[in-house]
Amino acid sequence: MNAIEVHDIVKTFGDFTAVNGVSFDVKDGEIFGLLGPNGAGKSTLIRMMVTLLLPTRGTATINGFDVVKKADDVRRSIGVIPQAMTSDLELSVYENLLIFAKLYGVAREKRNALIAELLNAVELTQWADKPVKNLSGGMRRRVEIARGLVHEPRVFFLDEPTTGLDPVSRTAVWDMLRRIKSQRDLTVLITTHYMDEADKLCDRIAIVDHGTLVALDSPEALKASIPGRDPATVSLDDVFVHYTGRDLRDALQEPSAADSPFMIRR
Amino acid sequence: MHRTWAIVEREMRRFSKSPMMIVMSMIFPLLQLVVLGYAFGGNVKHLKLAIVDQDHGVPAVKVRELASAVSSGARTVDLLDYTDSGQALTDLRNGVVNGVLTIPPDFSRRVLTNNEPRVALISDNTDTFVSASLGATVGGFISQLNAPETPVRVVGGAGLDIVEVYPYVPYIQYLLPGSITMSIFMMVMIGGGIIFIDDKARGLHEGYLVTPITKLELVAGFNISGTIKAVLAGAAITIIGSMIAGVPSPLDPIRLLRMMLVISVTAFALISLMFLLMVRVSDPLMPRMMFGLLNTVLYFPSGAVYPQQGFPGWMHAIAVVDPFTYSVHAFKSLLLKNTGFGAIAGDVTYLLIFSIVAMTAATMLFKRTL
Repeated sequence: MNAIEVHDIVKTFGDFTAVNGVSFDVKDGEIFGLLGPNGAGKSTLIRMMVTLLLPTRGTATINGFDVVKKADDVRRSIGVIPQAMTSDLELSVYENLLIFAKLYGVAREKRNALIAELLNAVELTQWADKPVKNLSGGMRRRVEIARGLVHEPRVFFLDEPTTGLDPVSRTAVWDMLRRIKSQRDLTVLITTHYMDEADKLCDRIAIVDHGTLVALDSPEALKASIPGRDPATVSLDDVFVHYTGRDLRDALQEPSAADSPFMIRR
Repeated sequence: MHRTWAIVEREMRRFSKSPMMIVMSMIFPLLQLVVLGYAFGGNVKHLKLAIVDQDHGVPAVKVRELASAVSSGARTVDLLDYTDSGQALTDLRNGVVNGVLTIPPDFSRRVLTNNEPRVALISDNTDTFVSASLGATVGGFISQLNAPETPVRVVGGAGLDIVEVYPYVPYIQYLLPGSITMSIFMMVMIGGGIIFIDDKARGLHEGYLVTPITKLELVAGFNISGTIKAVLAGAAITIIGSMIAGVPSPLDPIRLLRMMLVISVTAFALISLMFLLMVRVSDPLMPRMMFGLLNTVLYFPSGAVYPQQGFPGWMHAIAVVDPFTYSVHAFKSLLLKNTGFGAIAGDVTYLLIFSIVAMTAATMLFKRTL
């Protein structure tokens, strides 16, 4: 059975087409990587799948629920780690998890055991009472991962979860994801810029460029698809460059409100 | 509904870790209460009055004696003698004196012959408060000059007795209802609007939007938590402000109970208005800009600092829909008159209807997607 089914999905913003007719399926229990240059449409694609954006055209079903018609059922069955850090910095690690457990309607009697189990899984038990603002970037990411799993979702979306982390923290995050995945019935869809990590972790990889799907297969098959090269010497970086080209992607983007100097920093 | 309480719990946990927020929301209204209360509430004193006596007769001396009595008694004026009326007028224009009282050369002769004796007060009318105060003071002692030396035994004309229902209300007490409303508004803006938009800009709302929470649950959660914060600020300034302004029996439990009701509905009305205005905003600069604008548009037409009867028609129209108007009226009824529920029922009803309409509109406008 497929955990995710995306069919000919399109998203336009005015005249600009961010995602243009993408289709793919993700099997139950699979770790699926979504790769692409900056501005390729990966985040827009994820945002449509997690109900944060409405598709302009096409369909997507998650765990059998349509993202437009059955949005609340989709939300109940997925965990999401957005690109931006969305944990509350003033609250403690435990409080962040507790609030989201309540938002997802996790039963009172299950809450504490579940939170304790997740804190243990992301190795933050001893920091449970510390405010998130006192944690390092890697630890904050681990808080987000635990928070995204607090309601035991069946599909886990992670949008560039290791961006900005040092190599040690990055490795720790990936190891944790692998471990959590082995302990749970979980399908993972992940976007990343780190090809070596995607190579090691993902069962299949989709490469998106200019809003369209340009390649989709296992890492080995993608490497073998490069003509005139020995697959043993080909890296996923080579695959990425082969499918997306060497041109620099200069693209304008809307200034983020988060860049405002007037915002209260916490 | 449990999701609404999760939002409330989150906001209150954050609030409890930011005690500066409640302090910040109270500093401005308290400062305003004290500074405006004492700046506008006192009597005008020590106005400089130049006297140019060109007569030197006995009636002129009497005018000077009456002026001196005011100078040494109520101290409304300080007298300065001038011999040159030209110099006195130059000093008036240069702001050295506030008014020039000229006693003309034929004043005494006209007094003695009952031939319309007149003195002239030339005042700097660029400051209407000062010129009105000088006019009233000089008019007062000139009328004493005209009073008969022997009181008339039987007065034929009609008289007026003024009975004041309430004890004297100093201006600082008159300002207190507006200051309480202002502190609620400050907390609504700082603890509600600004934080809401900042969280949105930092992406925190994405975290909410991927959960199964409904629009109504989300807006209700923000509104309830904002109301609780604003009620705390309003209650604190009610007690502190009452003590500063010298309101009699500031801790009267029945009045405090009624005050809490008005504080609660005011907080709910203002937070609902704020969310209605901010529901589609994402720029953190916007709530800060709107803060000053709303402050002016809501506070001044409410009758908090000046009676609404003096407003032009367009300002009356704002005052009619302005929730501040009803809040200030209810607080005035309770704090200055210690009235019962009957006097504030209309205000409470309007504020409740306003809250429901604004919250419903905000919920309808709230976007469940990015």
